[in-house]
Amino acid sequence: MSVPAELNYTSEHEWVAITDGVATIGITAYAAEALGDIVYVEPPEVDTTVQAGDTCGEVESTKSVSDIYSPVNGEVVDVNRTVIDEPELIGTDPYGQGWLFKVELSQDPSDLLSPEQYTQLTEGEG
Amino acid sequence: MTALGNESASAPRTTPLYEVHQDLGANLVDFAGWLMPLRYGSETAEHRAVREAAGLFDLSHMGEIHVTGPQAAAFLDYALVGHLSRVAVGRARYTMITAGDGGVLDDLIVYRLGDDEYLVVANAANHDTVVAALTERVPGFDARVDDRSAGYALIAIQGPEAARILAPLTDADLTQIRYYTGYRLTVAGVSVLLARTGYTGEDGFEIFIEPGTDAPRVWQELTKAGEQYGLKPAGLSARDTLRLEAGMPLYGNELSADITPFDAGLGRVVKFEKEGDFVGRAALAHAAENSRPRRLVGLIGHGRRVLRSGHEVLCDGRTVGSVTSGAPSPTLGVPIAMAYVDGGLDITAGKFTVDVRGRAEDVDVVELPFYKRDR
Repeated sequence: MSVPAELNYTSEHEWVAITDGVATIGITAYAAEALGDIVYVEPPEVDTTVQAGDTCGEVESTKSVSDIYSPVNGEVVDVNRTVIDEPELIGTDPYGQGWLFKVELSQDPSDLLSPEQYTQLTEGEG
Repeated sequence: MTALGNESASAPRTTPLYEVHQDLGANLVDFAGWLMPLRYGSETAEHRAVREAAGLFDLSHMGEIHVTGPQAAAFLDYALVGHLSRVAVGRARYTMITAGDGGVLDDLIVYRLGDDEYLVVANAANHDTVVAALTERVPGFDARVDDRSAGYALIAIQGPEAARILAPLTDADLTQIRYYTGYRLTVAGVSVLLARTGYTGEDGFEIFIEPGTDAPRVWQELTKAGEQYGLKPAGLSARDTLRLEAGMPLYGNELSADITPFDAGLGRVVKFEKEGDFVGRAALAHAAENSRPRRLVGLIGHGRRVLRSGHEVLCDGRTVGSVTSGAPSPTLGVPIAMAYVDGGLDITAGKFTVDVRGRAEDVDVVELPFYKRDR
């Protein structure tokens, strides 16, 4: 299962890429594979303030619905409109076109996992 | 994202096709104590393969119970709601086993293999309940209940191309094998019970293999024969959306010990005309003559959110029922669901919504099924 080395992760199976104080967030290939065909996604709205650990949206597959948690503190500054119309992109390109939302950080995130730690976690669950 | 995956207290059992599924990269999950393929790739693609070509399913987790003896027929007439003594050898019946109060313990398919021999096929989750109920009801009859589930494998091939794929692998003339019949034949050189039954809304066959260790050979031969027709292995996820589109009930969702066959719109399976008493007769006669407390309907969502089991159904803002099964329909391209609503409700009047986690989603209420194949 692909775990890109340049990203950070959470134990809730999200990935985080931080550039110039803005975090781009999506769900991992492991999560997308476990969910199956994704049929609906609701990312948070632009301008909402999110706290790390808060529920801020949801992802639905044929079989289940999962909450999206914010992995960071800050304000939502952008949302991927394309995945709302084409939720299957989350499964086919989770680290690319399947990204979900961007947060301008109000503080540096703590508790993110390294690629090695995330790989270990998913191997433990697998 | 919430935690993913299913956990089980004890290690689930594997079917004789376990290694085949592993080789195919199946996503295996614990289902009723069995490690079963949920899907091999995209469940939507598997669903479409069954509607348009054919799908191959491992159903070895189902229960197979042989009932034999001079009074096997009389015993099943007493133990089940159907009229099994009227079933001709080679034919099958969809029937149910209820408790004394008329609540459904399981829905079953019963094959008459001989004058004195029946095969009762039970759902995996209800296997123990069915074996216990039959065993409890058999004293006084010259009949024997023999649970042979552990020795069996069951493979289903379903879809419009099923007969064409199967034909070269069997000596049987498949045009002579009608819907809801089952015969002892060979498939890929293996002795099987070949039945024209299924749970997908398509034409297809279920292949009972005892001993189950011969199953991988049958699976591989079918896979090879089906390649040119677009046959795909299909998992439980596709099976669930297929049966939902076809309006077929699932035990644990539409059927339970709190539901009578009449609630589920399946009162026709209760054969009051048969002679003598049967378990549940008095309670079921009462249920048949009184107005239904609830009624099973179909829902079609206007949006894209999935209607799921447990969601409330409202009419003009008032709760009138709840969803029992729901999924996005790959064939119709919209969310569909089955739901129980109040028996007296006029489904042609009012504005219907479903409460999807706090948000009202507009739905149409329709009669089942959502999908019926062209014959």
